[in-house]
Amino acid sequence: MKYIYDLHKTMLAENLILVYEGEFTQEITKSVLAMAERNMDSMGEESGIKRKVFNVMVECLQNIVKHSEDPDLKAEKRHTAIFMIGKHKDEYIITSGNSIKAENIEGLSTKLDKINSLDKEGLKTLYKDIIKNTDLSEKGGAGLGFVDMARKSGQKLEYDFQDINDKLSFFSLKTTISRIN
Amino acid sequence: MEILHLEGAEDTPKIILDKNNGIFEISGRSLPEDCAEFYQPILDWIGEYAEDANGDTNFVFKLEYFNTASSKLILDILSKLEDIPNISISWYFHEDDEDMEEAGEEFSELVEIPFEFKTY
Repeated sequence: MKYIYDLHKTMLAENLILVYEGEFTQEITKSVLAMAERNMDSMGEESGIKRKVFNVMVECLQNIVKHSEDPDLKAEKRHTAIFMIGKHKDEYIITSGNSIKAENIEGLSTKLDKINSLDKEGLKTLYKDIIKNTDLSEKGGAGLGFVDMARKSGQKLEYDFQDINDKLSFFSLKTTISRIN
Repeated sequence: MEILHLEGAEDTPKIILDKNNGIFEISGRSLPEDCAEFYQPILDWIGEYAEDANGDTNFVFKLEYFNTASSKLILDILSKLEDIPNISISWYFHEDDEDMEEAGEEFSELVEIPFEFKTY
């Protein structure tokens, strides 16, 4: 039973106010959002910060919902994901981790590196360019999620890939929202 | 023309499209699972309205939050509204919500429709 105490200690050490591991659906997304909102309300969080956290959470959660529908991931029983929010003195840290196909690593890295290379104005231009010129994907994504997360955060999106096997990789993403204006 | 009235939910906005009373409003939160499906009836309604529009049309966006997939559909709505004569947009944002104000400004730069910005 030691894992319970270990997990508890990890959560305290990382200041995690919410952790969810499992399947991701729109219903789960709504529940997680409601929990995080209640938590921030009860702590009297400033409305502007609350809105940014909510915003980044939605994009992050809906990204996972869309990608977990991949039949190849389901076949490998790798369609579950983890989502966490850490609350620190000066910032919120929103992290997620989910399996992706190894063949998608390059495209994802290229996209995130491009976003991270841009400043505020550059991100605005990219956002307007994508919204004007791209249609919704089959999965219903606008291709704007990461751009929006970077804009709301105002900081770089940190990411990492860990090999699961030769076909799959675990994609971790970390977005920071400053609590200092 | 029939009134399109949808009550808002935690992930979908409230919609009122009422030609006779001149009320055209989208308000609340928009983060539906399938944005294209949710907004299709609204786009269809506007398409039909455009064929026999009122003398003036003021379309109100009073959104508290919308996700990126919704932003694509909002642009589709605005593009459809562009065809309507004497159309104007009232874009509401909470007085301390700079992101929503900026989102409205960006939309106003993407279409040829006059926008009026208002706080609530």
